[in-house]
Amino acid sequence: MMAGVAEDEEKWLSAGITGLQQNAFYMHRALDSNNLKDALKYSAQMLSELRTSRLSPHKYYELYMRAFDELRKLEMFFKEETNRGCSIVELYELVQHAGNILPRLYLLCTVGSVYIRSKEAPAKDVLKDLIEMCRGIQHPVRGLFLRSYLSQVSRDKLPDIGSEYEGDADTAMDAVEFVLQNFTEMNKLWVRMQHQGPARDKEKREKERSELRDLVGKNLHVLGQIEGVDLDMYRETVLPRVLEQVVNCKDEIAQYYLMDCVIQVFPDEYHLQTLETLLGACPQLQPSVDIKTVLAGLMERLSNYAASSAEVLPTFFQVEAFAKLNIAIGKVIEAQDDMPIYGAVTLYASLLTFTLHVHPDRLDYVDQILGACVKKLSGKGKLDDSKATKQIVALLSAPLEKYKDIDTALKLSNYPHVMEYLDNGTNKEMSNVIIQSIMKNRTCISTAEKVEALFELIKGLIKDIDENLQDELDEEDFKEEQNSVARLIQMLYTDDTEEMMKIIHTVRKHILTGGPKRLPFTVPPFAFSALKLVRRLQSQNENVSGEEVAATPKDIFQILMQTIEALSSVPAPELALRLYLQCAEAANDCDLEPVAYEFFTQAYILYEEEISDSKAQVTSIHLIIGTLQRMHAFGVENRDTLTHKATGYSSKLLKKPDQCRAVYACSHLFWLDEHNDMKDGERVMLCLKRALRIANAAQQMANATRGSSGSVVLFIEILNKYLYFYEKGVSQITVDLIQSLIELVKQEMSGENTTPEPATDAFFASTLRYIQFQMDKGGVVADKYKPIKI
Amino acid sequence: MNYIIGAFKPACHISITFFDGKSRKQVPSKKENGQTLMVPLFQSQENIVGKISIEPVSGKKVEHNGIKVELLGQIEMYFDKGNFYDFTSLVRELDIPGELYEQKTYPFEFSSVEMPYETYNGVNVRLRYVLKVTINRGYAGSIVEYQDFVVRNYTPPPSINNSIKMEVGIEDCLHIEFEYNKSKYHLKDVIIGKIYFLLVRIKLKNMDLEIRRRESTGSGANTHVETETLAKFELMDGAPVRGESIPIRLFLSPYELTPTYQNINNKFSVKYYLNLVLVDEEDRRYFKQQEITMLRLAETS
Repeated sequence: MMAGVAEDEEKWLSAGITGLQQNAFYMHRALDSNNLKDALKYSAQMLSELRTSRLSPHKYYELYMRAFDELRKLEMFFKEETNRGCSIVELYELVQHAGNILPRLYLLCTVGSVYIRSKEAPAKDVLKDLIEMCRGIQHPVRGLFLRSYLSQVSRDKLPDIGSEYEGDADTAMDAVEFVLQNFTEMNKLWVRMQHQGPARDKEKREKERSELRDLVGKNLHVLGQIEGVDLDMYRETVLPRVLEQVVNCKDEIAQYYLMDCVIQVFPDEYHLQTLETLLGACPQLQPSVDIKTVLAGLMERLSNYAASSAEVLPTFFQVEAFAKLNIAIGKVIEAQDDMPIYGAVTLYASLLTFTLHVHPDRLDYVDQILGACVKKLSGKGKLDDSKATKQIVALLSAPLEKYKDIDTALKLSNYPHVMEYLDNGTNKEMSNVIIQSIMKNRTCISTAEKVEALFELIKGLIKDIDENLQDELDEEDFKEEQNSVARLIQMLYTDDTEEMMKIIHTVRKHILTGGPKRLPFTVPPFAFSALKLVRRLQSQNENVSGEEVAATPKDIFQILMQTIEALSSVPAPELALRLYLQCAEAANDCDLEPVAYEFFTQAYILYEEEISDSKAQVTSIHLIIGTLQRMHAFGVENRDTLTHKATGYSSKLLKKPDQCRAVYACSHLFWLDEHNDMKDGERVMLCLKRALRIANAAQQMANATRGSSGSVVLFIEILNKYLYFYEKGVSQITVDLIQSLIELVKQEMSGENTTPEPATDAFFASTLRYIQFQMDKGGVVADKYKPIKI
Repeated sequence: MNYIIGAFKPACHISITFFDGKSRKQVPSKKENGQTLMVPLFQSQENIVGKISIEPVSGKKVEHNGIKVELLGQIEMYFDKGNFYDFTSLVRELDIPGELYEQKTYPFEFSSVEMPYETYNGVNVRLRYVLKVTINRGYAGSIVEYQDFVVRNYTPPPSINNSIKMEVGIEDCLHIEFEYNKSKYHLKDVIIGKIYFLLVRIKLKNMDLEIRRRESTGSGANTHVETETLAKFELMDGAPVRGESIPIRLFLSPYELTPTYQNINNKFSVKYYLNLVLVDEEDRRYFKQQEITMLRLAETS
């Protein structure tokens, strides 16, 4: 069916072209023989082909273009004819004898063009006559093409200022009037198309109309090129008249296209000076007009204009561009009831971009926009429109990109409110964007207030927003997300200790709301951040003592204690233990014995009650030992308790090798280089001996269970400890002891049942090499080693 | 056959010339056989002066019972073929009975001839002026020669010439208001006007302005009316909407019009009408006919 129509159309077109060419041929012959009468006759017949109603605009255009070319030749002929003495006035009358209106008017326009060029009458009068006569064509397509022809032939003959056809004082106005009138009539015809023909062809008609739109828009281009259109004329005449037509035509397609045309065709400067008028038209447009794209286009243009040169900025301020745009957008949104949310948001996003370009210093404007946006969104719940969501993300990202400084965004009170309307996923994404921005720009968030605001912003990451909605978020994503939060916590920093204290309070408050899944990620950075402050306070105290300090390490330790406790809900005992130990060490450095002791206690409790996995136990016990070894704040009693406990734990580990290693590690607890009162050779020896015993037991166990002697590596390790303490001067370690241990190792390694282990062999060899090296070094050390035989 | 033709050859050659024949304006006139001939143009009250030259064929003598010239104004009705009504008949005796041996020229003059009606060639009626020379020859049969001429009378521009303005329509369907700038137009005039659409509920296709000539002949029961459309001038293409105003500019010069003739010698009338025709998409025609008076103005050139 459709194919049939297209085929028919093709046929009609070619028939039209044939007819046109035939008559054009006769016309040429008449032109060649200077036969005016025949020329008129055949040109009229030729133009009659344009009277067809059967062609779609697209095909009609093809026909029109052919006629157009022929008319150029005819125009040349008319011009020559007047040169030969034919009166142009007579010619102007003569062509009007044609009985059919369409050919008549094409001919009239053609002669009219020559008439103007002859300057026998003012251009303005001829144009006025032509445009008046063109009213006879009420058929939309034919009328549009005829008027388009008129526009085409008159373009270079407008009585514009500076043109050779310039007339009297109001000459530019005459030119404008002509074009405006043609524009108005063309638009009417164009709009009328919509209402003609059966309703079922609506789609086809709209397609055809869009093919024709440039014919209408061209008039605006011509207006834009008229020299005489200065700002005053634009403001007083051109714009109001154009807008009047646009508004009154009440046609969706026309309004959208023409508004866009106006914005694109006229200079930015004019737009800026007539913003109120231009924007005033927007709420009056049909509700279905895609006004957001139009306005977005305008704002984009103005933004670019503002960006183009700093010199134009004062004008923006002077005309209060922002206020006007803001009001207009509000009105448009109000007027277009069924505008989708994303439309409104797009408008706000455009306005925001504009503001950022033009008023980078006016944060209040930005906030105002966000506020308006919140108002529009309120009561709608979370957005489930992906387009709108995208726009909101754009809206929210714009200030971040512009200011490269989260500080600014944090000053925007409405920023978090807007975020609230994002669905959880997007909200998190947005939070991530914010964090990325902070990280990228290495911005420190330096006041508690801002921190508070920031957490408010990214609360999607900080806690579960909807408890019921356990998002099936990818574990990987979650980790990444929380890792960025952890990184963020490091950025919450100020040199001002007092303020830092407040920040710490704030951060703590927020991270504690995060729930068991998040705490393992957030507590460590928090703890270290707090400990950092402790150390700073410590060094300050040393520098300026006596001054009253608001924040004391003690307070911080209290906070830390409580915060780490929260990890028990996870539970994450190992992590908590590590943190306790870190804190203990820090407390030690602050000489806060009771605090340090308390931390240790907590760590021990965790060890005893929560850490049951043997591997974890091993790790933990080594941590405990390591930390405890460095503690100097403890009095003898506390220290005894703790070391005793530690050794106790060590010997209770499950696997023998683990036991052994933990026990010999404990030996260090009794020998601290820097502290003479903590050098207890007896107990060092005791530990080592016990380790040796355990190693033996391990060996036997291996023998019993696997039939082969176990690794001798434990012995070598203990040997190394011997050597260490021997060097340190622990008197209980004697050469004999070392010697016998070496022998033992050698014996074990050469045993029948021993499976050779290259690593162990190498370890032992390098141990021996060390002894040899020390011997060869000479001096006191060498003397010590001399007696050892290897 | 030659001798037979020779036998019926007129015995003499008559030529009628006007005194100012060379300078007088000539206008085309359609003869009965369809040929167009250029003939001199006169108007009422003019003197018709000239001479008639009679030349007997090659030395033959022409005997006659007198020679006369008549100026006749005739109305000829085609449905009443052959019947002429002479509304004007003037005679001048040129010669007493006698014989003509050689070429002889007679001057003649009709002074201030009353010729109230214009020459007219219509569908059913013809009004003509003719000079008729008769050589009366009794039994031999008279020798007659005719010379047509055209009469046109000029009227001064009318002192009152109102525009025609009217609102017409079909209820709830179509209401238009049209205006023609005058009610009386001269033959080279331009009709200027406009049509204003007050209400359009039908889908119009186009609109034409026609010039129609209504020729009525005879009287009473024998009245014959003939209407011709002399001009069909398209004013509008496409369907207008309410509020549109369509201009009219129709040059009358290309059309062969005459002045309006009112009851010429009780024989016929010629009237002119402007017919505004609107055609809708179903080719239905809506029209409004309006009489205009046509008149002939003296040509300035």
